[in-house]
Amino acid sequence: MKETAIEVRNLCIRYKGLKSYSIKKSLLHLKRNRVDEFEAVKHVSFQVPEGNILGIIGKNGSGKSTLLNAIAGIFAPDCGEIDLKGHSVSLLSIGVGFQKELSGRENILLSGMLLGFTEQEVQEKADEIIAFAEIGEFIDAPVRTYSSGMYSKLAFSITAILETDIMLVDEILSVGDSKFKKKSYNKMKELISNEKRTVIIVSHSMETLKDLCDEILWLHEGEVRMHGETESVLKAYEEFMN
Amino acid sequence: MQKRFFTDIRKYFHYSIVSARSQLKSEVANSYLNWLWWILDPLCFMLIYTFIFGYVFQAREPYFPVFIFIGLSMWDFFNRMVTGSIKIVKNNKAIVSKVYLPKYILVLVRMWVNGFKMLISFGIVVLMMLIWQVPLTWNLLYFFPVVVLLMLFSFGCSLHLLHYGVFVEDLSNVVNIVLRMVFYLTGIFYNVATRIPSPYGDWLIRYNPMAFLLESMRNALLYGKTPHRKLMIVWFVVSMVLTVLGIRKIYRNENSYVKVI
Repeated sequence: MKETAIEVRNLCIRYKGLKSYSIKKSLLHLKRNRVDEFEAVKHVSFQVPEGNILGIIGKNGSGKSTLLNAIAGIFAPDCGEIDLKGHSVSLLSIGVGFQKELSGRENILLSGMLLGFTEQEVQEKADEIIAFAEIGEFIDAPVRTYSSGMYSKLAFSITAILETDIMLVDEILSVGDSKFKKKSYNKMKELISNEKRTVIIVSHSMETLKDLCDEILWLHEGEVRMHGETESVLKAYEEFMN
Repeated sequence: MQKRFFTDIRKYFHYSIVSARSQLKSEVANSYLNWLWWILDPLCFMLIYTFIFGYVFQAREPYFPVFIFIGLSMWDFFNRMVTGSIKIVKNNKAIVSKVYLPKYILVLVRMWVNGFKMLISFGIVVLMMLIWQVPLTWNLLYFFPVVVLLMLFSFGCSLHLLHYGVFVEDLSNVVNIVLRMVFYLTGIFYNVATRIPSPYGDWLIRYNPMAFLLESMRNALLYGKTPHRKLMIVWFVVSMVLTVLGIRKIYRNENSYVKVI
C-alpha cells in the first residue's frame, strides 16, 4: 500500500458575499445588498496515493479549477480540510504569474523562489529553463514584450524544470507551436512518470487523460459524481455528455 | 500566529529583497533619465516650494531648502507606501492567483523599493547640509531611530489599507482626501510648531505622527536638538500594535482575497 500524498476531506468552497463593496454605492442605496451565494465545490472528499496521477474531468463550471486552486493553497476552504502531508506543490496553468515589467530572467528567479527554492538553486537551473523554453535572447527583455506563445512556453518550462513533489496541471498540455507542444507533452510524461511525484491534471481532452492518468475523478456541479479507474469513468462521462 | 509569522518571514524574506531589487532594476531600465528621476523629482518639488513659500510667503526657517527637502523625502515615502498598498493585491493578481504567498510580503517589497529611493534622497540631504554648512552634532545619530519608526508606522498603516483595499472599491478616493489633509497638517513646507498658533501647533506635533517624525528628523539633522524620546517610544508602541493587528487580519482573511479580485 502506497502512502497518501493528498487527502481532501469534506471540502466545500463558497463564493459568498465576497463581492467587493463601494462606499459610494452603499451611501446611495442604504438598504442592504442581496448576498449571492454560490457553492463551487460541495463536500468533496478523495485521496491520492503518492506517485499516482489523478485526472479531473467535468463540464465547464463544475468546480475543477476551484478545487485545484484550493489544493495549491490559493483559496481557503470554507469547510473541510486539505492535507498535503508536507509536500511541496506547484500549480501549472495557462499564463502563470509573471511581473510584466521585469525581464524573463528575473521572473524565473522570482517564480522559482515563490515555489520554495533558494536563489542559488534557481540560478543553477536557470540556463536549463531558458534552453527548454527556446526564447533565446528575449530572456532579458521585459515579459510584457513577449508573444503569448513565448509567455506560456516560459511558464511551462519553469514549473517543468523546477520540480516539486506535487504538480497540479490546469489545461496546459497545449502550449506553443506544434513542435513545442510535442516536446512539452513528452517532458510532461517524463515528469509524471517519476515514482515519487503525485500529479493532478484537469483537462477536457479524453486522449490526454486516457494516456496519462491512473484514476479519474468526475466532478459534476461541485460534487463527486464518480471516482475510479480511468477506463470506466471516462466511458460513463462520454455517455453522459452525449 | 507568531510561529507562522516567523517561519513565513524566514521563508520569504529573501524573496522580498530579490523582488525589490528586480523592480528597481526594471524601473531604471525602462526610462530615459532612469534613476535620475529619483533625485530630480524631489529636487524639483523642493525648488517649487522654496520659491513659493520662501519668497512669496516669506518663510523664515533656517536652512529652508534643506528643511523642505527632508520633509518631502519622508512624506514621499509614507505617501507612496499608503497609496500603493490599497490596490496592491489587485496589481499583483498575476502572482497572487497562481501561488501562495503571505500578502504582507507584497507590502514588504514595496517598502524596500520606496525605502531605497528615500535613502537616495537622504544622500542629497547630506550633500545639501554640507553646502549650507549646517553644524554637525551627535544628534545626527537620531536619524536611524526616526527612519526605523517611519518605516514601521508606514508598514502598519499599509497592512490595514491592503486588507480594506481588496473589499472596498473606492477606498482610494477616500484615502486620497485624507492624505491631502494630512499633507497640509504635517508641515512639509512650513514649521507646524511656530506657524500654527499654540496650543494647536503642539497638539499637531503630538498627535500627528507624520508631523512628529518630520519635526524630529529636522531637529536632529538641522538644529542640533534631541527629539522627544518619550513620544518616540509611544509612537513605536502604537506602530507595533498596528503592525501586529494588521498581520493578524491578513492571515485570517488572505485566502479569500483571490475570490474577490
